[in-house]
Amino acid sequence: MMAPLNAPLESVSFAIVGTGGAGAITAGSILQEAAGKVGWYGVLVRSVGPQIRGGEAAALVRLSTTPAECMTKDFDILVAIDWKNADRFIGDMPVASGGLVIADPNAGPVPGAITDAGTSVENCELNARAKDIPGGRENMIAVGLVAGLIGLSIESLMQVVTAKLAKKGEAVVEAGRKCIEAGMAQAAGYGQSYPLKPVPESSDKRWLITGNEAVGLGALRGGVRFAAAYPITPATEVLEYLAPALASIGGALVQAEDELSSINMIIGASYGGRASITATSGPGLALMMESLGLAAAAEVPIVVVDVMRCGPSTGIATKSEQSDLNIAVYGFHGDAPHVVVAPLSVADCLFTTQWAVHMAEALQTPVVVLSDQSLGQARVLIERPANVAFIGQRKIWQGQADQSYDRYALTADGVSPMAIPGTTGGQYTADGLTHTVRGTPSSKKSDQKEQMDKRRDKIDQFAFGDHWGAVEGTGNTVILTWGSMTGPAREAVRMLAREGRGVKLVSLRQISPFPVAALGKALAGASRVLVVEQTHSGQFYRHIRAHMDLPPDTRQFNREGPYLIGPDEIATQIRDWSSL
Amino acid sequence: MNARKFKAGDYKSDINPIWCPGCGDFHVLMSITKALAELGRRPEDIAVVSGIGCSSRIPAYTNCYGFHGVHGRSLALAAGLKVSRPDLTVMVMSGDGDGFSIGGNHFLHACRRNVDMTYVVMDNRVYGMTKGQPSPTTESDWDSALSPGGTGLRAFHPLVIALASGANFVAREFSGNIKATTKTLVEAVNHPGFSFVEILSPCVTFRPDEKEWKNTVHTAQVEATDDPARAARRIMTDDGMNTGILYRGRRKPYKAHVSDEVGDIAPLEAAFEI
Repeated sequence: MMAPLNAPLESVSFAIVGTGGAGAITAGSILQEAAGKVGWYGVLVRSVGPQIRGGEAAALVRLSTTPAECMTKDFDILVAIDWKNADRFIGDMPVASGGLVIADPNAGPVPGAITDAGTSVENCELNARAKDIPGGRENMIAVGLVAGLIGLSIESLMQVVTAKLAKKGEAVVEAGRKCIEAGMAQAAGYGQSYPLKPVPESSDKRWLITGNEAVGLGALRGGVRFAAAYPITPATEVLEYLAPALASIGGALVQAEDELSSINMIIGASYGGRASITATSGPGLALMMESLGLAAAAEVPIVVVDVMRCGPSTGIATKSEQSDLNIAVYGFHGDAPHVVVAPLSVADCLFTTQWAVHMAEALQTPVVVLSDQSLGQARVLIERPANVAFIGQRKIWQGQADQSYDRYALTADGVSPMAIPGTTGGQYTADGLTHTVRGTPSSKKSDQKEQMDKRRDKIDQFAFGDHWGAVEGTGNTVILTWGSMTGPAREAVRMLAREGRGVKLVSLRQISPFPVAALGKALAGASRVLVVEQTHSGQFYRHIRAHMDLPPDTRQFNREGPYLIGPDEIATQIRDWSSL
Repeated sequence: MNARKFKAGDYKSDINPIWCPGCGDFHVLMSITKALAELGRRPEDIAVVSGIGCSSRIPAYTNCYGFHGVHGRSLALAAGLKVSRPDLTVMVMSGDGDGFSIGGNHFLHACRRNVDMTYVVMDNRVYGMTKGQPSPTTESDWDSALSPGGTGLRAFHPLVIALASGANFVAREFSGNIKATTKTLVEAVNHPGFSFVEILSPCVTFRPDEKEWKNTVHTAQVEATDDPARAARRIMTDDGMNTGILYRGRRKPYKAHVSDEVGDIAPLEAAFEI
């Protein structure tokens, strides 16, 4: 018997939860990839506890007919393989009023916190059903349940399952099919469904990529040949992606003993003429600060990606925050001009990292990329990111035998040609000490001033172009944000537009040097500005205010992690304000 | 037969060292330039990397490519350089404070990693540049303003640590013995993997007692061994003034390196297609 079909949806969200090892994340991944095969878009976020195994694990998935990069406020469907550690995750995944909870009646009662919201509950004996099928697994039953409810075809799922399980043998693939079919049959008997609207077939293949992988690929597109690595959550996947990827193209990744070492390894490799990168998170960035200053003073191009997490100190390693803005921009000792940029979405991790490599090389300076856990560990379905070709690479000294070489020569654009070891006549000593144009240590007033001016000017004069940020929509009310908060803010703007409220979104990719002119232009005519950021103290707001004034009618909406600021919360801020 | 194309002077820059008259590091600089001349590589194919301290000033006094980085991190910087540019000869210059105190952890892991480079530590058992504080190799009862009456701490034993951590070549020399030091440095550079040479280099200003070293050092009476256990016993039981090559290991050097050929990233891009 068919369930009565609900009206097709533009977007559907579901969560699959279970004890770590139960396969909830695998189930979510299979559903997401199959959704990509039928042309849908979507995002998958893993919610895992601090335990390596045996803690809670959940796949939070949102699928939609148009590109989507952030989660919605609540979920339409929650499938619980079990309720162990439920108290730790239910706050993360509220089920919408009108939503559906599917639980195994043999795995204990559904927690009251979930049913209180006015959700329906359906039973499915996941464990018993899986046992009925030789080689069957509960998580594959869950795949079938969700697929049945959202209208995802068995063909698309089997393409994914076959590719994933083929090496385990035909019997395993067949068990997977039977489990999925059993789940689908069960879902057909439920009183409601959440069918996602089909999209026209397209010949373009979707990409399935995480923010951390996109950072890695962006580095490779930018020409990175060397990486140094010290593991840290939530940045490790950048490094794990780069290790085999670099090896496959003749590059190398070295695992360092700590971040003091990894930052110096990339400085050494870059001094040797190879574009170089490392990735870390807040605690690692703090350890790298002294040597970031060395790269600024000795003018060595490097890129450091900080996948931010909740701080201070060890904080919450698995949850997101934007609270390393201050250290990235202001943490260097002395006056050390450098560049700080932040990707605006998971897909943009690729472009922003590639851009960062280009700027580091062109400016011979450290560039810090501020990604965060919400981007880095989210996996999205996107269209293939366009190729971007940046003109202008590292200015290399080619060598003229009759001329002495001044490594830190004063030039019109502040960038001095760099000799690469092996070049005859180009020998110099790179130095963190104040130096002459030749690189010789100096404590002279004129050398200090000339070299500081030069390092400032090369960045001030650089053409950052249109990449400083994004402006979308129109209106006198502006949501002003940066980095990863762009996704939720963009969605809030869409929600408000549907209500007839025109709100403009202005989002910064370029954090330092601060794009005063471009932002001033984007804010021209704005009467109200809401500054949105995921920090406790309003670091972004104060960073803006250090450079420019904002309209008198400006408000801050900022909050620390672990819960991400969502589109609905941002929209509420605007609605409340407008009703005054 | 060695057609000598280069002289020691070809490896010296025209910058005057800031060291105190009588500093052992002058002799070390001489030994290094002599060794480089003997090795016969062009100055532009050699990189000399250092951290902070009197000894770390050496890169700018050579006519090679140099990097004078931050305190304690020279080994990491040099490892990145050598892995990315395996064609270069990489030498690292350090002191007992830079190398064994602030840079102690990197020392252990550089020995383990066994990247093909040469680590020269000028050990004068004192922080000279900051004007006389005890270092990890200073005797426990050495009196100073910072640690009146002495630190009371046991002195660090760099050679044993290097051996235990996996260094592939371990030697001790005295700065005043230029001929022997030069020979050892040539062998250290030529030996595959991580070579560690501790050079006793007196600080005549803050440790005038070290002027006596020229009378107390003595050449090792035995050949270098490739057995770490024998080398360790020898090093641990000597008087600390025993000079020469003490250990030549057979470990394979660190393998990963960047090649000049750049592979196609298209297959890496295709991996994200579904």
